Amino acid sequence: MAGQKITAVQKIEGIGKTAVAFVESVGNGGILVAESFYWLLFGVRERQPVRMGAVIQQMMEIGVAAIPIILMLTGTIGVMLAIQGIHTLRIFGAESRVTIGIAFSVVREFAPLITGILVAGRSGSALAARIGTMKINQEIDALKVMGINPTRFLVVPALVSMLVMVPALTLLGNFMGLFAAGLYVNADLGISLAAYAHDTIDILSLDDLGHGLGKSCIFAVLIAVIGVVNGAGVQGGAEGVGKATTRSVVQSISAIIVTDMLFAFVATR
Amino acid sequence: MRNPQSILEERKSRQRPETGGTAVIEVEDLVTHYGERKILKGVSMQVLENEIMVIMGGSGSGKSTLLRHLMALEEKTSGSMRILGKDIDQITRQEFLDVRKKLGVAFQSGALFSSMTVGENIMLPLYEHTDLDALTMEIMARMKLEVVELSGFEDLMPSELSGGMIKRAAFARAIVMDPKVLFCDEPSAGLDPVVASALDDLILDMRDAMGMSIVVVTHELDSAFKIADRITILDRGEILMIGTVEEVLASKSDRVQALLNRIPEEDTMDPDEYLSRLVGESNSGTAHL
Repeated sequence: MAGQKITAVQKIEGIGKTAVAFVESVGNGGILVAESFYWLLFGVRERQPVRMGAVIQQMMEIGVAAIPIILMLTGTIGVMLAIQGIHTLRIFGAESRVTIGIAFSVVREFAPLITGILVAGRSGSALAARIGTMKINQEIDALKVMGINPTRFLVVPALVSMLVMVPALTLLGNFMGLFAAGLYVNADLGISLAAYAHDTIDILSLDDLGHGLGKSCIFAVLIAVIGVVNGAGVQGGAEGVGKATTRSVVQSISAIIVTDMLFAFVATR
Repeated sequence: MRNPQSILEERKSRQRPETGGTAVIEVEDLVTHYGERKILKGVSMQVLENEIMVIMGGSGSGKSTLLRHLMALEEKTSGSMRILGKDIDQITRQEFLDVRKKLGVAFQSGALFSSMTVGENIMLPLYEHTDLDALTMEIMARMKLEVVELSGFEDLMPSELSGGMIKRAAFARAIVMDPKVLFCDEPSAGLDPVVASALDDLILDMRDAMGMSIVVVTHELDSAFKIADRITILDRGEILMIGTVEEVLASKSDRVQALLNRIPEEDTMDPDEYLSRLVGESNSGTAHL
C-alpha cells in the first residue's frame, strides 16, 4: 500500500517535472528569439555585428542544398493532388474544376507544410546536432571566454537564414507543385498548360500566397528555436547529441503541424 | 610521488622570472551550488601578475568549477570576484566584454571549432574583435602557430591533428589576442609523458615570453611541480592550502600528503549527497547557450 502511494506521488512528481521542463523550454525559446533579434538589430552598436558570411553560408546549407529535394517532393505532391482531385470530382462530373482544389491546396497548405517538415528534418536536426556537439566539446564555453556571444555567433545566422530560405523554398515549392499538377491535368484531362495557368492565376489571390508564406515564416522560427534549445540542452556526450537531434525533429514536426492547424483556423475566421 | 629533493633540483635548472605584485584575479569567499549541492564552500584566493598558479585537487574537489568561475562562466551563489581589477558584479556589459578580450583559455578537449581550419580557429578572435585586414590576421595566426611549434598546420582541419597538436593549436588560439591571463584546463590529460612534458615547457615559455599570468588546473603532480609558481590545493570545495611548490612539498597536513602520495581517502560521502550525484543533479544540462 505504502509502495503504491509512493508510486502515485512519483508519477505526479514526474508529470510536474515534465510540465516545468516544457514551460522552461518554451521560456528559453522565447528568450532566444528576443535575444536573437536584439543582436540582429543592435549588434553593430554593441561592436558585435552579425556576420553576413555566416548568414550566407547557412543559407546555402539550409536553402540552396535543399532545392532538389524540395522540387521533387512538392512536384510529387502536386501530381498526387491532381490524381486525387480528378478521381474525386469525376464522381460529380466536375473534374475540369480540379484546378481550384490544386491551387488552394498547394499554395495555402501543402507547399509550406512539406517545406517546413523537410527543413525540420534536414536543417533543424543538423542545427541541434551542431550546437549539441559544440556544447559537449566546450566550444560554446570557448566562444564565451573569447568574448563572442554564442547567440549572436551561432543562432542569429541560422534564424535569419531560416527566415529567408523557408519562405523562399515554399515559393519554389508552390511553382513546382502547381507545374507538376498542371502536367498531369494536361495529360489526363487534355487541359492545356496555358489554360491551367490562366485558371490558377485567376483563382489565387495575394492573400492565399501570403497565407502560405506567413505560415512558412512561423515554421522557420519554430525549427530554428527548437533545434537550438534541444542542442543547448544536450547532456551526456554523443548519445545525448543523438537524443537531442531526434527530439528536435519530432518536436519541430509536431509544432509545425499544430501551428499549421491553428494558423489555418485563425486565418480563415 | 617522486623524491621532493629531485623535484626541487629540477625546478632550479630553469630560471624563473620575478612574480608577484598586483593581483590579476581576486576571489573572496566564493560559494557556489549545483542544485542543492554546495560545490565551493567559501573559496578565497588570488592570482598574481606573471605567475603560474596551479589548482590541484582530487576528483570532485571543485577545481574545474573554480576554474569556470575564474573564467566568469558560472553564476556564483555568493562572494566577490575581481578580474583585472574589475569587480565583475559591478561592471557594465561592455566593460565585461573588454575584460573577456584579455582572457585566453585552452580547454581540456582543445574546443577547436571543427568546421574551421586550424588557421581560421586561431584568427577567429582577431576577426571578431579587431579591424585588422585578412593578411595581417593570417600573419599573426602563423606567428602564434610558430610559438606553439605548429608552423605549416594552418590549413588542416582539427580532425586531422593528434591530441597533442590539438592542445597546441588551442594554446595558439588562446594567446592570439595577447591575453593578460591564460587558463588551462588539464593541459596534459590524455597525453603521453613526452608530449605532456613538452606542453609544460610550452606553458613556461609562453609565460616567460609574453609575461602573462597562467592558471592551470591539473591532477598531474609532475606537471604541477614543474610549472607552478604557487599551488592551490582544493579539497571538497574548500582550500586546503595555497603555497609555493616548496611549501606544498613540506606540508605536514595529512590531506595534502594523501593527495601528493595518491593515497585514496576513505569514502566519507554523505548518503544524501551520493544519491543526488547518482541522479545527476547538476546545472550542466540546462538549455542555455
